[in-house]
Amino acid sequence: MSAMPAAAGSASPASAAPILSIDALEVRYELDGAVIAAVRGVSLQVAAGECLGIVGESGSGKSQMVLASLGLLARNATIEGSVGFEGRELLGLPASALNRIRGSKLSMVFQDPMSSLTPHVRIGVQLGEVLVHHAGASWSAAERAALDMLERVRVPDARRRLRQYPHELSGGMRQRVMIGMSLMCEPKLVIADEPTSALDVTVQAQILALLREVRAQSGMSVVLISHDLGVVAGLAERIVVMYAGRVVESAPTMELLRAPRHPYTSLLMQCAPSLQRERLDRMPFIQGLPPNPAEREIGCAFAPRCPRVTDRCRDERPALLLIDAVAQVACHHPLAP
Amino acid sequence: MTQPRQSLLEVRGLRVEFEGRAAVDDVSFDIAPGEVLGLVGESGSGKSTLARALLRLVPAARGTVSFRGTDLLRCTGRVLRRRRRDLQIVFQDPLASLDPRMTVGEILAEPLAIFEPALGKRERRARIAAMLERVGLAPQAATRYPHEFSGGQCQRIGIARAMMQSPELLVCDEPVSSLDVSIQGQIVNLLSDLQRELGTAMLFISHNLAVVRHLSQRVMVMYAGRIVETATREELFAAPVHPYTRALLAAVLDPAAAVCPPGESVVYSCER
Repeated sequence: MSAMPAAAGSASPASAAPILSIDALEVRYELDGAVIAAVRGVSLQVAAGECLGIVGESGSGKSQMVLASLGLLARNATIEGSVGFEGRELLGLPASALNRIRGSKLSMVFQDPMSSLTPHVRIGVQLGEVLVHHAGASWSAAERAALDMLERVRVPDARRRLRQYPHELSGGMRQRVMIGMSLMCEPKLVIADEPTSALDVTVQAQILALLREVRAQSGMSVVLISHDLGVVAGLAERIVVMYAGRVVESAPTMELLRAPRHPYTSLLMQCAPSLQRERLDRMPFIQGLPPNPAEREIGCAFAPRCPRVTDRCRDERPALLLIDAVAQVACHHPLAP
Repeated sequence: MTQPRQSLLEVRGLRVEFEGRAAVDDVSFDIAPGEVLGLVGESGSGKSTLARALLRLVPAARGTVSFRGTDLLRCTGRVLRRRRRDLQIVFQDPLASLDPRMTVGEILAEPLAIFEPALGKRERRARIAAMLERVGLAPQAATRYPHEFSGGQCQRIGIARAMMQSPELLVCDEPVSSLDVSIQGQIVNLLSDLQRELGTAMLFISHNLAVVRHLSQRVMVMYAGRIVETATREELFAAPVHPYTRALLAAVLDPAAAVCPPGESVVYSCER
């Protein structure tokens, strides 16, 4: 095992300059005198054209990490570290400069399409204003582009939809509109935060197929965040697993699913309700609870729940290390491949 | 499909309307004592409305719900309250279904105060402590408030409240959907233990087919307010008949499917 500290994501040295590079990112909140550490020193990279999946449960810091990167966190958050997008530092940029990047070169798709669309503005206007605002397009050109986009994201009866309001569309349709909106300016990077978690399984499958399709057409990079390994597995080339504000494992999707190295990843996979596996008498679960983010971190955050725990794990926090050419893991006792 | 010997719950031709439109339409089924009946369907299919109509939390337009011979839809309020002792519900959002201003002990004392008002203070406290322990919480939890607990722990409290009177039928409306994957198994196993030990029958509602498969002996599939398929667990998952059931099964995203062929299981055990 080589002992090289590494940034998660895009380990291959041959890859060109990463489009997104997060370095030693920390996000903290101060609440009633206690310090809540939501993100504890995360480094990761997204290569141009790559789809990176970020998996973690609630409180793992996955959403906090991207929201911090985009300057979308509440004012009481303390952010440290560095976030480079196309070589440019995003942290500390004034809102006006960030606004030029967000929505054009870098866009987001959120979990709940209802609350991220403006309820009293027609779909066509919401799509069109992205172009008017970012690309200086005329309203008539923007409206034509909006129609094209709705057809591209396979919204049926697109011309009629342009005149409708968000509440007149189903959840799946609204998420198609959100994805369309994120693509209006042909972004280099789309960050999708739980884009299918509010949708039914049959609709979820359609939305993932759509994301796969638009990605194949455009060659853009995607960061796909989900609590569900199954969602990420179908789209991402590489998966980063987060736990308690840190990256615990990063590996190419197939390697990670076939032979997870971190005990948490392995257990998470077993806990994912599966119709493929035999029905067990007891449903798998992980003992205990994730640590309280207000508590000081000693040793490995997963140690209290880990079946491979030793004294070393309780005393000494494992660093994220490259353990072979493609995988990184933060564990004193990783599973054999 | 084996007909249950004697039904605990008999639902016939149930219809629930919202503004004249049917949310639940012509639904009929039975639950035998001690049986776990799964109910799957997507959002808007009417599963939760059906659950609420059974307990008369929403009015039904038509049909009968017979629980041990009592028609719950037509009995008086007094009879209904008495029957509810044997007919409890666990909701999806564990925190929202607990009163934030009450301690856990006060929450669990309510069913005792209603159904066993003669119970002494000490005995009440002992019953609460025993139930907390039964659902995997420390007895000291009684003095704390719901917001001090995680989602999984809140769901344990919700289950404890529902089980205080050892009901014959427990309606579980998406009890694990808002919980993290690593926690879901803890709650599903708890429900399965309670069912085995106490013989509690359950109507287990979920959009997650794998979770339903785990717990249910029979499964109903609901679509647009109607039951489109009912089968034993083995039949439904091996040979789904209705096209909608097939679509539902096909849409399940399974990380295990990506790497290991069906049937091959993963080594490495969770439980220590």
